[in-house]
Amino acid sequence: MALTNQQVATALNEAFPGAVLKTEEPYGMLTLEISKEKIKDVITWLKNDETLKIHFLTLLGGMHYPDDKGKELGVVYHFHSLQNNFRLRLKTFFAIGNPHVPTITDLFETANWQERETFDFFGIWFDGHPNMKRILNEDDMDYHPMRKEYQLEDATREDKDDRYFGR
Amino acid sequence: MSKDINIHKAPELPSTDTIDGEIATLNLGPTHPATHGIFQNILKVDGERILSSEQTVGYIHRAFEKLAERRPYNQITPITDRLNYCSSPINNIGWHLTVEKLIQADIPKKVDYMRVIIMELARIADHLVCNAVIGVDTGALTGFTYMFQVREEIYDLFEAVCGARLTTNISRIGGFEREFSKDFHKKLDKFIKTFPAKFEEFNNMLARNRIFMDRCMKAGPISAKRALDYGFTGPNLRAAGVDYDVRVMNPYCSYQDFKFDVPIGKDGDTYDRFMVRQEEIRQSFSIIKQALAGMPEGKHYADVPEFYLPPKDDVYTKMEALIYHFKIIMGETPVPVGEVYHSVEGGNGELGYYLVSDGGRTPYRLQFRRPCFIYYQAYPEMITGQVISDAVLTLSSLNVIAGELDA
Repeated sequence: MALTNQQVATALNEAFPGAVLKTEEPYGMLTLEISKEKIKDVITWLKNDETLKIHFLTLLGGMHYPDDKGKELGVVYHFHSLQNNFRLRLKTFFAIGNPHVPTITDLFETANWQERETFDFFGIWFDGHPNMKRILNEDDMDYHPMRKEYQLEDATREDKDDRYFGR
Repeated sequence: MSKDINIHKAPELPSTDTIDGEIATLNLGPTHPATHGIFQNILKVDGERILSSEQTVGYIHRAFEKLAERRPYNQITPITDRLNYCSSPINNIGWHLTVEKLIQADIPKKVDYMRVIIMELARIADHLVCNAVIGVDTGALTGFTYMFQVREEIYDLFEAVCGARLTTNISRIGGFEREFSKDFHKKLDKFIKTFPAKFEEFNNMLARNRIFMDRCMKAGPISAKRALDYGFTGPNLRAAGVDYDVRVMNPYCSYQDFKFDVPIGKDGDTYDRFMVRQEEIRQSFSIIKQALAGMPEGKHYADVPEFYLPPKDDVYTKMEALIYHFKIIMGETPVPVGEVYHSVEGGNGELGYYLVSDGGRTPYRLQFRRPCFIYYQAYPEMITGQVISDAVLTLSSLNVIAGELDA
C-alpha cells in the first residue's frame, strides 16, 4: 500500500490534535514539527500504528538555530516505513536553557548511539537514556562543538577575513 | 585418532558459569591486527567465553559535520572520501546526488550510467576486501592476497577516471569532469574478461569449504527483528533476511534500468554475511556489464553552469565561463534554501546525507547517516556468549570501517 503525505498528516492530526505545529513537504518528504511534550507519544503511535508501520529509524540528529529565540535547539528524526516505502521527518524544537527531550531508545535500539552523538555535539539531554555520555569526543570536553557559537577556525585570525573575499 | 572425535564439529562449550569462575578483562584493540582499524572493545571474559563487551569509539573522529559547515558544496566531496574509504566513489557520488537534488539539476542518462559503473566497481572492491578479510580471520590468507590484486585492478580503473586511487574525489556536481578515456575502457574490458574466473576461484576456496563453514556459521548471528531495531542496512541486514536495498526501494541514478537480484540470508551470521556479499559482487558485476552495453549517447555533464566547471579554453576566452569558474572556485554560487535527505546504497548500507541549506555558500547543517556507526552498536549483543575468535570474525564480517564509524 502506498501511503501519501496527505494521509499520514491527516491521521496524525486526528490522533494528536494540536501536536503538529508546522507541516511542510520540502523535496517531497513530509516534515512535521511536533511540540516537545508530544514527541514521544507521536513516535510511539507511529511505531505501533497498524497501517503506517513505521518501524525503522533512519537518522536522528540535532539542530541549532541561535536566532530562533525560545526554540534554539532541536532534534530531527527521519523515519522509514519499509513495508510502505514511506519516509517521514519529524522535528521538535525547544529552548537552549532547558535542552531536554525524552529518549526513544526504548522504542528503537538504534537511537542509543545517535542520541549520545546528539548529546555529544549539541548538548541535548535525552531523558531516560540508559547511558547518556559522550561518544565521539573525549569525556572531559566541556562544550558541545556543533553549536553555532563555536567557530571552526580561530576567530582571531585576520589573514582569512571574509571581507577580503567580498562576503 | 580416536574414532569418536569428530574433527568437524566444534566442541560444546560449558555454560558461562562453569569454565573457571574467574572473570578477566581483556582489551580487544584499539590497535590490534585482528581489529582491522582502530576499535576498542573492553571484553569481560570467562576463559574463552565473552560475558560482556563495552565499546569505545571516536579514535579517528575528524569533525566532518562541523568542517562541512565551513566549506562550499564542491569542497565537501573530499570529506566524503574519508568516510568509508573502501568505497569512496559511492560516498562522492552520493553527495553529488544530494546536491543535485537540492538544486534540482536535470542529469543526463549517460552520467547516470557512468556513475553506476563507478559505484558498482567500488561496491565490488568494498565487498572483496571485506570477504577476503573474513578469510584471513579464519586463517586463510591466500584468498586475501589474490583478491587484493583484483582490488588493485579496480583502483587502476579509478585512477584512469580521476587520477586518484583510494580517496578518489571522483565525479563532480552535475556529472564527470571528463569522458571515460580509451585507456579506461581498455582496462575495464580486461577486467570484465578476467574477473569472473579469479573471483570464482576465490569463491571456491571458501564458500563450500568445510572448515570455513564450520568456523563462520553461528558466529555473531543477529535476527531480522533485532537487526531492524538496531538500524542495520545493507548486506548485514540482508544477511538477516530483510530484502531492503536502497537501489531497489528508492532508485537513484537510473538503477531501475538494470536487472539485478537482491540476495538475502537467513541467520544473519558471519557465513550469511559472507555469502550475501559474494552474491552482491556477482550482481554488481552484471550491472556493470549492463550499464556498459546500454551506455546512452550524450554529454558527460549536466547543464548546471553555476556548479559544473566550464572547460579551460572557455575560461580564457569567454566572459561567462570566467565568471562561473571564479564563482565556483571561490564558493560564491547561490544555492536554494531547503532541506533534503538523500540516500544511496553504500558498501555497508544506507548512506544518507541530510542537508539543510539556508541559501549561504556552505550548508547550514550536513548530517551523514553512516551505516557503520549505526550498526556497530549491536556488536556487544552479537558477541555475548561467543568465544573471542568469533568476536574477531564478527567484527570483520560486519565490515566496520573506522572512517565511517567516527566521521
